[in-house]
Parts: sequence; structure tokens; C-alpha cells
Amino acid sequence: MLSIKDLKASVEGKQILNGLNLEVKPGEVHAIMGPNGSGKSTLASVLAGREEYEVEGGAVNFLGNDLLEMSPEDRARAGMFLAFQYPVEIPGVSNANFLKTAVNEVRKSRGLAAYDSKEFLQIMKEKMKLVEMDKAMTQRSVNEGFSGGEKKRNEIFQMAMLEPTLAILDETDSGLDIDALRIVSNGVNALRDGNRSFIVITHYQRLLDYIVPDFVHVLYKGRIVKSGTKDLALELEEKGYDWIKEEVAVGA
Amino acid sequence: MSEDLKILDEVTNSEYKYGFVSNIESDNAPKGLDESTVRFISAKKNEPEWLLEWRLKAFRHWLTMVEPTWPNVHYPQIDFQDIIYYSAPKKKPTLNSLDELDPEIKATFDKLGISLIEQQRLAGVAVDAVIDSVSVKTTFRESLRELGIIFCSFSEAVQDHPDLIKKYLGSVVPATDNFYAALNSAVFSDGSFCYIPQGVRCPMELSTYFRINSAGTGQFERTLIVAEEGAFVSYLEGCTAPMRDENQLHAAVVEIVSHTDATVKYSTVQNWYPGDKNGKGGIYNFVTKRGICLGDRAKISWTQVETGSAITWKYPSVILKGDYSVGEFYSVAVTNNMQQADTGTKMIHIGKKTKSIIISKGISCGKSQNSYRGLVRIGKKAENARNFSQCDSLLIGDKCGAHTFPYIEVGNKTAKVEHEATTSKVGEDQIFYCNQRGISTEDAVNLIVNGYCKEVFNQLPMEFAVEAQKLLAISLEGSVG
Ligand SMILES: Nc1ncnc2c1ncn2[C@@H]1O[C@H](COP(=O)(O)OP(=O)(O)OP(=O)(O)O)[C@@H](O)[C@H]1O
Ligand SMILES: [Mg+2]
Repeated sequence: MLSIKDLKASVEGKQILNGLNLEVKPGEVHAIMGPNGSGKSTLASVLAGREEYEVEGGAVNFLGNDLLEMSPEDRARAGMFLAFQYPVEIPGVSNANFLKTAVNEVRKSRGLAAYDSKEFLQIMKEKMKLVEMDKAMTQRSVNEGFSGGEKKRNEIFQMAMLEPTLAILDETDSGLDIDALRIVSNGVNALRDGNRSFIVITHYQRLLDYIVPDFVHVLYKGRIVKSGTKDLALELEEKGYDWIKEEVAVGA
Repeated sequence: MSEDLKILDEVTNSEYKYGFVSNIESDNAPKGLDESTVRFISAKKNEPEWLLEWRLKAFRHWLTMVEPTWPNVHYPQIDFQDIIYYSAPKKKPTLNSLDELDPEIKATFDKLGISLIEQQRLAGVAVDAVIDSVSVKTTFRESLRELGIIFCSFSEAVQDHPDLIKKYLGSVVPATDNFYAALNSAVFSDGSFCYIPQGVRCPMELSTYFRINSAGTGQFERTLIVAEEGAFVSYLEGCTAPMRDENQLHAAVVEIVSHTDATVKYSTVQNWYPGDKNGKGGIYNFVTKRGICLGDRAKISWTQVETGSAITWKYPSVILKGDYSVGEFYSVAVTNNMQQADTGTKMIHIGKKTKSIIISKGISCGKSQNSYRGLVRIGKKAENARNFSQCDSLLIGDKCGAHTFPYIEVGNKTAKVEHEATTSKVGEDQIFYCNQRGISTEDAVNLIVNGYCKEVFNQLPMEFAVEAQKLLAISLEGSVG
């Protein structure tokens, strides 16, 4: 469903992604790990269509479409979801209202009728259970005054509401306490249905105990330099990144 | 120029949606202004001698005055001799039911989406509709009258309630108050009068839709609201005007008197023609609005949503005379394209323990200029007076301007005056966040700005808040940042 070929991208004139390849099939969970500043969030931003990231080369196909030609909102409507590493606050706009607008936009683009308030509330109630979210949170302004963990949980709640085809989770686990980590992971697992795919960006092996990936990739200097199974994550946990950096240096 | 700025330039092309001219035959005064014009208007309205004298006095004083130049707005010199000061629909309407309403006028209302029937039936709102200068139709007056409430056109009030008019006219905004108030006092054509007797709570929102119609006609409305002891009224003023090439002058005066324990809430949604995107045409809106809390614990609350007009010059104010009286000002002012707004409030604290609150949200897009100008004055005897002011500016794009001119004068040491101000931009991060959830940039800006204005919208009655949101969407159209 997602095919990234030799993707090169820069920001502010600085090349960050240097020929990245990744193939994601329906239902797969791919974990991406890698040192700080290696380009993980940049990859997520480029896929989501953030303007300040300039694509310098390569191709990305998403569900048969040229992803790079699509506007950010069209990518979202086509089923791409990004759980942000740093979710944004929108004062004065209630979470519920925000989500209703979003969900109905997505439905509209698929030729479906908008949910009325009653239907929407019902669906919201179900999904709130999924991430054990308090009702009060839906009435509060989007992310405003939310704790770090609450923001992350809210991202997963939004994901549950929008039912994407491909979800990219950018360090959704960082800042979560132990219980929240379990809750968020359960939420994600509940959405694994054999068709929906996930790209999970994380620094911690621990998350992958909960959300068990099919593949683990190491992103370094803007390229995927090593791929493996869940065991790779365990190895990284034990040995750090130095050995991979050395491998790359030798290979270069 | 970055990509989003280019988009901004391309789409800041929003054209006014309510532009049309309706065909009601006018009965105009000759163009120009001298004493005979004033006499013509007064005679047309069959006014008592004292009122003619009052007008003439105002006119003579106006001749000695000069246009104010202190507002942060710029426009070509107005030729006051090139204006028609009176025009009335020819058919004198005395209607028993809405069915008798001139179909042309009715169609006009329909285009504006304010069908009187709908208003009557659904909202239970009494509508005093003003087309050009003569009040055409007043509804619900009878049921209000049973409670002793008077809600009628100003000219009817002059005929039917001369004592009240004589007592209160000019008592809050004197005929000599300022250049435009003096002009209005000399040539005002009509408007609304509202009187709530002692202890009566007005059971419905009183609503007036103003409308400017004849080409080249200046509009000089006069509104007077009096709430007797313990009375309560919520008053709504809404307006939209048809498209014009030449600029139209509008100089209204609104006076509010709130007696002991009385509360007057006055809400405005103003959406007059702002001119095209190059700044051609549009209404000049020079308004004087002021209320006085005469008695103890009286309250006056202004809420305004200003999205229209080429130029807005407007400072709804409260004189807090009674002890413990309360003044409030909640404002959203949106400017787009070439619009200019200089708006704010004055809170004049005279009585003890008087309280005022000012919440102002200025939103600028396109090449517009948006200024907040406010005065908080604490008089010598205003012991323990309190004021809180919050003035926020939001910028969309980088060609617009936001300015804040707060004036604070404290004459009593026990007073507590707080002023907070912020300036922010609609963040690219916020827009992208919305985009990523499937929301278009245009809708995102709307959502974000609506959230920004929430505190003020919360003050509006429900139906009005919905309308305000729609107008906000229209005026923000294409203002992508
Ligand atoms: N908007 C930007 N302006 C300038 N530099 C940027 C911008 N975004 C990313 N970078 C730079 O690109 C590089 C990759 O950043 P990115 O955020 O993708 O790293 P990451 O792998 O997500 O790191 P972390 O694990 O710390 O989240 C970094 O050197 C970062 O400073
Ligand atoms: Mg990152």
C-alpha cells in the first residue's frame, strides 16, 4: 500500500533524507528506530505533506496514487494518519468539534453522508472507551493544557475516530506512563485488522513488546541502513547504535 | 515570497456575497446639507418644534466642528454636500400583517436570509426592520405592549411618546459630542426606540436589521434604549448592505440608559459592504455608541462582531455612574483586503466599586489595518473600581497590520486596572495539523479563528452566534495564512 523509492528530501536547504526505500504491505506493522536527528520525523512529515520539506527526488506510491502530488488534506482523506511527535494546541476549538469537522470531511471525500450530532456522539463514545479517555477531554480545546501523555493519548483517540488505512505514529510512546503505554498500545492493537498498516517510530524496545512489529528498520543519516525482525530491536536495546554506525562507515 | 504567501495572494479575492441593489422607489431630499435640509427632514417626519430646534442647534454646532483625524484610518475627504440626507420608500407602509409588506422589500430580506416570517415563527424575535431610513415593519409590538414595553421606530416614538424622547434624547450622547454625532443629531432620519418599564424582563430578544439601500444616501440612524429600575433587555442589531461603487457614509448614534438594577445587553453583528479587494467602494461606518449606568448595580454589556465596512470607527462605551455598576465590552473585529478598523471602547468609572471588563479580539488579513483603541478612566471618587482588559490581535498573512492603543487614566489609588495584550499569527503548525486530519486550509483557518473568538461569541444569543460564525467565514474567505 505504501512504496517509497529512493526518497530524497531537504529542509531549509539541508538534505535530510538521502535515498530512502521502504515497502509497507496491508496489515503490516513496521517499526522505525534510529538515533536522534537521523530523519525519522522528517520522513513522517514528508509523507504527510508538510510544505517546508522539499522533496528532491524519488517516488512514493500510496494505494496506487502518486502521494507526492497530493495535498496534505487529500493524503489524510485517502487514509493516511500521522500521530504527531508534538501535537499542536488549538485554543477555543473543542476536541469534539474538531474531530467532527475532520471525520465529516473525510466521509465527504469518500461520498459518505456526514454524521449528525447524535451518530457522532455515539461513535465518539465507543472510541473513547478504546483509549480509556475521559469525556471531559472531548469538551476541552484541542490539546490545550493537556499533559504530554494526554496529548499522545488524544492522538490515538483521533486515529481511532478517523480509521486510517496507514497510521504513522511518531514517538507516541515517549512521555507515557506505564499504564498509559499499555492503554495506548491496546488501542493500536485493537485497530490492527489485517488491512490497516502502521509505521511506528520509537526509541524504545519496550513499546514493541506491546505492539509487535513485523519488521524493524534502523534509520541513520536519512537512509534505512538495516532491517530485521523484532529481534533487531532487542539487539539495538542491548548494543546501542555504534555497531550499526560502524557497519555503515565500513560499507561507505 | 514563500509558497503559502503566494496562495494567500491568489485567494485573498473574496467578493462580497450580499451585493445587490433593490428597486424601491425613493422619496429623496435634495442633495446637500444646509438648514433647509434639516427643516425638510423634520417636516417630513412631522416633528414637534422642540425637536426641530434641537436638530438645528446640533447642525449649527456641527458647522463649527472639524472631522476627527486621530483615528488610524485613511480615506479621501468626504464631500458632505454630495450626500442625500433623506430618502424614504414611497409607499407609506402601515401594515397589519407581513403579507402586506412590499414584495420587493420582502425579497430583499429573503436574499439576506432574514425572512421576517421565519424570524417570527422560529425564533420568537420581534424584528424592527429599517430599509433606508424609514421603519417599514414592526412585529410583536402588541404582545410587548402588554408588558408595558415600547419597541418602535424612532419617528413613531417621537409622535407617540414625546415625553420619553424629550427626556432621554441626547442625554448620553449630547448633540455636540463629536463631529459625527452632531451630524447625526442634525439629520437623523429614523431608528429604533426601546423602553422597558420598571421591573420588567423583556421576554424576547429585540432585534433590528438595518439596511442601507438608496445609492448615495447617507444613513443616519438613531437608537435609544431605556431600561427602568430592575428591567432587563437583550437587544440585537444586525446589518448587511448592498454592493456599491461609491463610498457610503454611515453615522449612527446609539444611546442606552440603564437605571438602578437594570441590565441592557446590546449585541451587534455588522456586515456592511467592505469594498472590493482593491478597496473600491464600501461603507464608512462612523458610529457613536454609548450607555450610562445611571443607578446603582446597573449593567450595560456591549457585544460586537464587526466583519464589514471599508472603514469602522466605533467605540461602544459605558459611563459607570451608579455605585457597583458594571460595564462590559466584548468585541471581534475582522478586517480583510483593504478594510480599516479603529474600534474599541471607553469605560468611564465614576461610582464606587464599579467594574468593567474589556475583551477584544482583532483579526487582520489581506492588506487590512486593525486597531484597538480603548480608554479606561477611573474617576476621583470611584473607590475600589476594577477593570480587566484583554486585547488580542491575530494576524493572517504578513501584509496586514494590528495596532493597540490602550489609554488608562487612574484618578483613585484604590482602583485596580489590569491590561493584557497579545499578538499572534495563525500558525502554520495549526493549519498543517488540521490538514493532516483531512480539513482544508480554508476550513482550518475558520476553525482556528472561531476558536480564537469563542469568548466573545459565547456572549451572543444562540441564533446570533450562528450568524456571526457564518459572517466570519464569509469575511475570512481566501485569507489563508
Ligand atoms: N524545520 C526544520 N528546520 C531545520 N532543520 C530541521 C527541520 N526539521 C528537521 N530538521 C533537522 O533535520 C534533522 C532530522 O530531524 P528529525 O526531526 O527528522 O529527526 P528524528 O530522527 O525524528 O529525531 P528524534 O529522534 O530526535 O525525534 C535534524 O538534524 C533536524 O535538526
Ligand atoms: Mg522525531
